Amino acid sequence: MSELWADFFLLQDPNLRWVLAGTILLGLSAGALGCFAVLRERALVGDAVAHAVLPGVCLAFIVTGDKDPLALLIGSVIFGWISLLVMDFVIRNSKISADTSIGMVLSVFFGLGVVLLTWIQNSGNPNQSGLDAFLFGNAASMLPEDVMLFGFVCVMVIVAIILLYKELKLVSFDPDYAKVIGYPVRRMEMVMATLLVVTITAGLQAVGVVLMASMLIIPAAAARYWTDSLVVMLFIAAGVGAVAAISGTFVSYTAPAMPTGPWMVVSAAVLFGLSFFFAPARGEFQKWRRSGRQQQKVTGENILKTLYKLEERDGLSARSRTRREILKKRQMEPGSLKQGLKRLEKQGMVQHLAGKPAGYLLTAAGREEAERIVRIHRLWELYLTEKLQLPGDHVHDPAESMEHVITPELEQQLMLILNNPVEDPHKKQIPKPVSRSGRRTP
Amino acid sequence: MTTFWIILTACLASAACALVGTWLVLRKQAMLSDAISHAVLPGIAIAFILTASRNTFPMLIGAGAFGLLTVYLTEKLQERGRLMNDASMGIVFTTLFAIGVIIITLFAGSVDLDHECILFGEIGYVPWDLWMFAGMNMGPRPVWILGMVLILNLVFIASCYKELKVYAFDRQLAVSMGIPVAFIHYGLMGTVSFSTIASFESVGAILVVALIIVPPATAYLLTRRLSVMLVLAVGFGVLSSLSGYYLAYITNTSIAGAIAVMTGVFFALALLFSPQEGVFTKRNRKPGTEAFEAGKGNVAGTITADDIPQN
Repeated sequence: MSELWADFFLLQDPNLRWVLAGTILLGLSAGALGCFAVLRERALVGDAVAHAVLPGVCLAFIVTGDKDPLALLIGSVIFGWISLLVMDFVIRNSKISADTSIGMVLSVFFGLGVVLLTWIQNSGNPNQSGLDAFLFGNAASMLPEDVMLFGFVCVMVIVAIILLYKELKLVSFDPDYAKVIGYPVRRMEMVMATLLVVTITAGLQAVGVVLMASMLIIPAAAARYWTDSLVVMLFIAAGVGAVAAISGTFVSYTAPAMPTGPWMVVSAAVLFGLSFFFAPARGEFQKWRRSGRQQQKVTGENILKTLYKLEERDGLSARSRTRREILKKRQMEPGSLKQGLKRLEKQGMVQHLAGKPAGYLLTAAGREEAERIVRIHRLWELYLTEKLQLPGDHVHDPAESMEHVITPELEQQLMLILNNPVEDPHKKQIPKPVSRSGRRTP
Repeated sequence: MTTFWIILTACLASAACALVGTWLVLRKQAMLSDAISHAVLPGIAIAFILTASRNTFPMLIGAGAFGLLTVYLTEKLQERGRLMNDASMGIVFTTLFAIGVIIITLFAGSVDLDHECILFGEIGYVPWDLWMFAGMNMGPRPVWILGMVLILNLVFIASCYKELKVYAFDRQLAVSMGIPVAFIHYGLMGTVSFSTIASFESVGAILVVALIIVPPATAYLLTRRLSVMLVLAVGFGVLSSLSGYYLAYITNTSIAGAIAVMTGVFFALALLFSPQEGVFTKRNRKPGTEAFEAGKGNVAGTITADDIPQN
């Protein structure tokens, strides 16, 4: 096994060098170009174009009678172009929606391609074997001249992206604005379409018709999770494409029966999955952790508030309360109450008394925090009844959620607007804020 | 007799596909047929390996499960991942297809199944794929399966017609009217999956996409009534099957491919010459005439005050 690894990474096999160079170039350019397609919500156009070039390949073969890579490339670029024009024509001139138009072009053009392919097969031209590599891709059989050709194509695509970066960016994000300030939007769209067609055509031989679309979509979608900047997204997408290419080639090198294209796609999908779950800020895992932390904060604040209200009910006597007493006052999950109390104890907000009577007691810091929450709650209730004329029995629920989100600045503003009130609409005391010096304002 | 069976299979497939395709075209979810037809490959491969036979029913179940999985994953990704519908669909179905190809390659020695035949179908072999029941020859198996799927689709549409109609044009309204939208949605997706799978065993994945999308789109250009659209869609599907078969017969080429080409030919004719919406018809209308005014409302497919029934 280690020998295989060494063979692979030292590039001993000359054939491997070509295949690897080809797939990496494909991954880089398709990944970068895919960003524009995904951002413009045209992800599946690539799929349609990939299918629609088949008649072009067949016609080029019929005309030249040979599998000259350049002729096949030209034939498929022409048909890729025609397919884009037809899609556009149908959308512009009828009430047919974009997705229907894409699907129609995909299936009808591909059908035509299949008809031509069977016609070629029945014509008995001995050169025809291997034409179907265009359909399913066969990276391992790529010849140096194939790799040179599409290496050239990929370099061209990358150079075009670098040179036209500003224009492409503007057209992808806001074509209307671009048109208004006098950009040649139509021409830019044609340039972008040409780049797309050329990349797809070049990639077909490596990964095949169906999987070409995924090399455009998946790296770009994965990159989207890591950044909000287009430059960074382009680099990450190109990187994801290249890594997928290397791992796909590696698998089919170590297990020759394995096809390169599908493994490239699966590798890209794995990278997408990792981004989806673990990307900072946008990943599912981070989102889940953040909402968990928010949930913990709310639970803690509710417990403090309940302890405070219990004290208030008994005339502000500082007495420890058992969990049962807290639950009687406020319904919550016993499990989350237990954990919440543990967290509060660690934060120094409550004190756990083990003796008799056992229970939890607010510390000075805990009482201050509890007062702050109760104050916000009651201020908000008062604000809703006084300034918005809501009836008194309608204000509790909104205040229940606002008490966890109102910032100290907002709290001060509320105090100002309401003239430092003393009682809430239900005739309950609004706790006075503690001043900086630690003394209560009168 | 073989010709008869082939044409019958094609007609049944096109009718079943057109019936479900109409709703996809109206819901702007046409590409879902493409996604499902590719994404079911691992389901078919797994069923095939587990049962070690080309028995259709395990395959239908495996493929159906993966069809619904595609719909579900696409929706989840879109909802959770801030991706557009088309991008999330593209990720899901291409990945599943790649996994399917890998599974088939892994078991290549023991599996007489290749993705080529799934993409192109083998409608020419239909007459020899016979269903033997209790020692009796019941005719080709695909005909039975497609017939059943067609009946299933008809029953589903007939029993939920009103609900489907509201759901297709205005999902929010359907929710507010108390229509069980989730049931209708997954019911429709289930019938799409079944039609796709049952058809592509005989006609291939790409032709299924053509049969689901193109005839309903053609009908959409010719009428503004849902019931007429359904009938026309089935009509164009059957017409394409018949003419496609003869095109393939004359040129000695792939039947599935020729049928797909014919659906495209009929669409092109409708696009150019439809009485109301055709590109040429619109162009030839003289400004100021009654026909021109009548056509104006139709250009964008908008509903004018005249279209709303007065109660």
